[in-house]
Amino acid sequence: MINYIIRRILYALPILIGVNLLTFALFFVVNTPDNMARIHLGMKHVTPDAIAKWKHERGYDKPLMWNGAAQGGKQATDTIFFEKSVGMFVFDFGRSDEGREIARDIKTRMWPSLAIALPVFVIGLAVNITFAMLMAFFRATYIDFSGVVLCVAMMSVSGLFYIIGGQYLVSKLLHLTPISGFDSGVNAFKFIILPVLIGVVGGIGSGARWYRTIFLEEATRDYVRTARAKGLSELSVLFGHVLKNAMIPILTGAVVVIPLLFMGSLISESFFGIPGLGSYTIDAINAQDFAIVRAMVFLGSVLYIVGLILTDISYTLVDPRIRLE
Amino acid sequence: MNAPLLVVDNLRTWLDAGKTQVRAVDGVSFAINRHETFALLGESGCGKSMTALAIMRLLPEAGRIVSGSVLLDGQNLLALPEIGMRTVRGKRIAMVFQEPMTSLNPVMTVGRQVAETLYRHTSLRGAAVQARVLELLDAVGLPDARARCNDYPFQLSGGMKQRVVIAIALACEPDLLIADEPTTALDVTIQAQVLDLLRRLQHERGMAVMLISHDLGVVAGMAQRIAVMYAGEIVEMADREAFFAAPRHPYTRKLFASLPGAARRGRQLEIIRGSVPPLDSDFSGCRFASRCDFAWQKCSDEIPVWSEVAPGHQVRCHLLQSTERVVSETVVPPLPASLPESTVETSLLEVDDLKVHFPIRKGLFKRVAGHVRAVDGVSLAISPGRTLALVGESGCGKTTVGKGILQLIRPTGGSVRFAGEELTQLSGSALRARRAAFQIVFQDPYASLDPRMRVADIIDEGMVALGTASAGERQAQMDKLLGQVGLSAGSKYRYPHEFSGGQRQRIAIARALAVKPRLIVCDEPTSALDVSVQAQILNLLRGLQDELGLAYLFITHNLAVVEYFAHEVAVMYLGRIVERGTVEEVMNAPRHPYTQALLSAVPVVDTASRREIIRLAGDLPSPANPPLGCHFHPRCPRAMSVCRQNYPAAINFSATHRTSCYLYRK
Amino acid sequence: MLFKPVLLWTDVLLWLLLAGVGLYAWKVRQREHLIRPWRRLLRSRSGVASAVVLLAFVAVGVLDSLHFRLPLEKQGSNTGIHYSPEVLSVFDLIAGPLRKRVEKTYSAPFAAHLYTKETIELPGGKQLRDYPRLKYGGAHLRDPERELGEDVVLTALQGGAYALILLSGLTVLLSLWLARRRGVAPGAAWATIRQGHDEIPWRTFLITLGLLILCACLAVVFSAKYHIFGTDKVGQDVFYLSLKSIRTGLMIGTLTTLVMLPFALLLGIMAGYFRGWVDDVIQYVYTTLSSIPGVLLIAAAVLILQVYMDSNQDAFDTVVARADIRLLFLCVILGITSWTGLCRLLRGETLKLREMEFIQAATAFGVGHFRIIARHILPNVMHIVLISIVLDFSALVLAEAVLSYVGVGVDPAMQSWGNMINGARLEMAREPMVWWSLAAAFVFMFVLVLSANLFSDRMRDAFDPRTR
Repeated sequence: MINYIIRRILYALPILIGVNLLTFALFFVVNTPDNMARIHLGMKHVTPDAIAKWKHERGYDKPLMWNGAAQGGKQATDTIFFEKSVGMFVFDFGRSDEGREIARDIKTRMWPSLAIALPVFVIGLAVNITFAMLMAFFRATYIDFSGVVLCVAMMSVSGLFYIIGGQYLVSKLLHLTPISGFDSGVNAFKFIILPVLIGVVGGIGSGARWYRTIFLEEATRDYVRTARAKGLSELSVLFGHVLKNAMIPILTGAVVVIPLLFMGSLISESFFGIPGLGSYTIDAINAQDFAIVRAMVFLGSVLYIVGLILTDISYTLVDPRIRLE
Repeated sequence: MNAPLLVVDNLRTWLDAGKTQVRAVDGVSFAINRHETFALLGESGCGKSMTALAIMRLLPEAGRIVSGSVLLDGQNLLALPEIGMRTVRGKRIAMVFQEPMTSLNPVMTVGRQVAETLYRHTSLRGAAVQARVLELLDAVGLPDARARCNDYPFQLSGGMKQRVVIAIALACEPDLLIADEPTTALDVTIQAQVLDLLRRLQHERGMAVMLISHDLGVVAGMAQRIAVMYAGEIVEMADREAFFAAPRHPYTRKLFASLPGAARRGRQLEIIRGSVPPLDSDFSGCRFASRCDFAWQKCSDEIPVWSEVAPGHQVRCHLLQSTERVVSETVVPPLPASLPESTVETSLLEVDDLKVHFPIRKGLFKRVAGHVRAVDGVSLAISPGRTLALVGESGCGKTTVGKGILQLIRPTGGSVRFAGEELTQLSGSALRARRAAFQIVFQDPYASLDPRMRVADIIDEGMVALGTASAGERQAQMDKLLGQVGLSAGSKYRYPHEFSGGQRQRIAIARALAVKPRLIVCDEPTSALDVSVQAQILNLLRGLQDELGLAYLFITHNLAVVEYFAHEVAVMYLGRIVERGTVEEVMNAPRHPYTQALLSAVPVVDTASRREIIRLAGDLPSPANPPLGCHFHPRCPRAMSVCRQNYPAAINFSATHRTSCYLYRK
Repeated sequence: MLFKPVLLWTDVLLWLLLAGVGLYAWKVRQREHLIRPWRRLLRSRSGVASAVVLLAFVAVGVLDSLHFRLPLEKQGSNTGIHYSPEVLSVFDLIAGPLRKRVEKTYSAPFAAHLYTKETIELPGGKQLRDYPRLKYGGAHLRDPERELGEDVVLTALQGGAYALILLSGLTVLLSLWLARRRGVAPGAAWATIRQGHDEIPWRTFLITLGLLILCACLAVVFSAKYHIFGTDKVGQDVFYLSLKSIRTGLMIGTLTTLVMLPFALLLGIMAGYFRGWVDDVIQYVYTTLSSIPGVLLIAAAVLILQVYMDSNQDAFDTVVARADIRLLFLCVILGITSWTGLCRLLRGETLKLREMEFIQAATAFGVGHFRIIARHILPNVMHIVLISIVLDFSALVLAEAVLSYVGVGVDPAMQSWGNMINGARLEMAREPMVWWSLAAAFVFMFVLVLSANLFSDRMRDAFDPRTR
């Protein structure tokens, strides 16, 4: 078991290195620092001096991979690759192109993100499972059928409309919550309600439908027939047997996104003006701040890989077949 | 005599199949007395399982009961509300299913699964339940029940799981136990254990058992009364003695006649021509008429009614009511004498010390921590035109031997010489060029044909790959092949799904024959088929052997087929051959205790010829970690201390008969 | 020359794709086992209904993918023909009036007045601050306040009448055709249609088609007089923009799959078939790629593309060409981020397949690896490919909107639902709200995605081997 987890972590390392190299190639080789400088300083009327100055201020004037001019170990370390990419392994993200320290920004901004994403995740999971169970219980009836139709309709609506519609209905017409904004501490609550609500509602369509298929697939297995032959009621079959088995794919499918909750949601954060990592990323994209985007790409990958490892661990927890072998 | 426990009257169960209704059970009536074992016998698709599920009211969603009644102690189960039915299920009628591998909940301990029934139907709680669970698991012979109770199903072997399923069924002392093919998925030695258990439990507890089976042998050993089902209805019903002494319905007689066995060696097996008629419409005559040798006009015009040929022996057939029609036993022509026995020729195939090991990877860096010794030193030889049967239970490595010989899995060690040429050393392209000479026919005719290719393309593939002939020649060859395996030339433009299992197996045989092989490895070619279809395939294989001088390596677990079909036999246990000889030597005078046990465990139809059953304890050990010494010693009733130390060397009894056992050490 | 054809990259790919679909259809017609799932699909009512809607969308998209430039009017004695820098499509010609009737700024659906007050010069020289009349919308009405309702009803009746005529004509044609095919009287064919007894649900087909025709006729008659979905900030007709956006949505939904398909097929099957180190390498590649959050990878790539395009502005002769390259690039990058899922599925299926006995039988004949893959594995995974193409389609159409909102979607100059939403979002706070752009984008996207979802549902049922 411990061995297994260690192996998973070791297996994650080459993937992280791959991600790192890929982002490096994307941000510094395909797109040279000169280009970045030109974007920021304006395309026309820019002097080579200004570009050189811009690059120097941000440390982009060094050689990419190998500094032939430096001495000894510096040949490898005094490069863009070492300073900008290798540092990310120890979460040293450096400064943004505007000069702010990215690591500190991330630390302060991940909590608002989490405040929205975590409730959405937990409540969403519960709501989706409940709906899916209802449909599975009434399978092959009109309740099930209309549930599926509703799900398909709901998943055909773009997430943007859930937000726009929700803001219009709840905030503008009914004045129940503020349209957007954020506050610290307990005061944050009233700002959180609407984004969480919309996040949950927006996820019902695909989530509940997917879980329903899992439930129904599980319900046709032989052991379910054995359970019915014992004289168990449909409810105890569903809760005692089907749910238990269906939770394996559901939980393990859900666990992988848990670490990514820190990253927040790009869209809903920027609509609701929540100072989280999602809106941070959007702002960076709009400002064309490559340093921040690069940091977020790497962070996202790390969290995803952590999610994969957690998934493997959660398998061993919920499935006795894996735990005991 | 008391009133019967269960009375099923005119039960009809239909299955929705798109636009049509499949009448899976069409007017079935029977009664089961208390303490009796009633067997429902029939081939796949005849509706016997549907009957059982209808009684339990556990039909799949597409199924519904159209009419009829099911009276349990006079109470109509079909009229009960669902809630009422739940107090019947598990308490008064319990059921054991066919597939022990899937019929237990994989994430629940077996103890809890047994306890669940007790909580549902009894007032026992807490420690009392625990005690009762242990008692039940003990009763079904689960070794070390106290520890096993907390195991999950995947930690138990197939036989153990079936014991747990039986324990669940027994938990509330039901009046009736429905056992739906309870041993079909199990090996023959395990089957003997489970059947024994069922017999013992019935005897102890005096419950009635409804046994559903396709196996005449199992039925002969278990049932007091037997009903034969065909195409959704019962065609014959009788007591065991009367039934096995003189079956009367033409279908039943055919079933008996198509059983392979030693007595039928050298003759063709009887076959039932045609196939089961579609069940989606009303029948105007006898359902068997189109396949019956004795059918006349009346059979297709008039539905036969029951006729009582003896007290308690009823048959649904016009023959028994007409005096002018005499049933004469058809005489099966003997086969032309096969090749002179044991002409000592150079062997076509010689396998020496074949080893196939699969690495087990463990630990941080997936180091090879050990090997599964699937095949561990197998030697055998086949002469042209002869059949060598390789016999063993599942997991003994017999299929791997076949694939190792054909180089579909490259062997770990040993040599495979085909027509004097060493195959294990050949490179890819050299091997490819020689592949025409040795071919394979697989077990599952549904998986062995590409569903997206036409029959013509399937048969063509080998000829093209080996570049044997021009397109025109290939077409002519294909027509000839299809004729040889008994299919019309028109079938080559159709797709595999349009054929039945037996026909698919014919296509697979034609595909193998297309490249003119000299050796065919037949990997359980009939075990997925019904008895009557099995007879057709065996006849075909035998005919082809005589015609073309083919050699067969016949891999099987079915000893009756071996007795009928093979010239020589090799018995495998855990990766090694324990006994080898001609079929007469091994079948009539088995020497190795395992062979003896295996032979004795086969359920036989003829109760008089039943061998004394030798009980084998436990299951097949894992080939990753075989027992020290003789692999068989932990289960061997005659194990000695020397058996635990070294693997025994082979001992010859005759030029052909040899075994590896210390019992015969000089 | 009357016009100069313009071949955009995405047009080329779309026509290639259509040619591929045609080739596939031709192949399917010859093979019974390939037709069967399609036949099953055509027998379900929601399958037919959604297919009709999808085809309507595709028709607009295809018409919008035939591009050309019209010649400029001759000026003086200049001998050569100069072509307008404006790239038009066949669809633009058909919808000509819609394109040209540009108002000053926002106006509500069916409005005759502008959304904002302006200073109007009265004939007498006096000035008045009021909502000015629109140049085109409702221009035929003398007194919009009074006449609007009546005019709308009349026009609707007119449109309805057209629709009825068209639909009856089609119904008669269908009945005649069915009657000829089955050798029955047309009346009998019509009776089975009406009762819904056909194998293929023609009744559903006609109802769906009827609704579509009704919508189309109403749109045609109304948009001749009004802006039925209003106008946007620069006064363009929103209905026209929505229609133009169809092509963008379809391109993203289909070209992305086209781009990713070769990778996913090749790598997925190779990994599953050869196993060993090939499998390890391919698994490493797709795990690495899929571990980067998709949106961020797309954002990074698009940012970099922007930089590239800004520094090489001369390479694109028209605005449309520039937007088109960006669209294509977006498809490519979306493809790169989304091929991993299909690749993993294919790898798993190939792993299962290669253990199947029919593959072993082929090996026993000495059939080579390449032939085994081409003849056995590829045909047996095609249903997975088809299903995932259709499943991905709706997700990609929705993704376009989100990406455009984030600012890394299609070119801002290109008509797309994402850009429409993005533009309208800024006006959300206005009183009264400017809702029509949102509504139009919502309706179009919802209908397209819903029918794609329904279609993919049916398709999964029809192609899933387990349902056989």
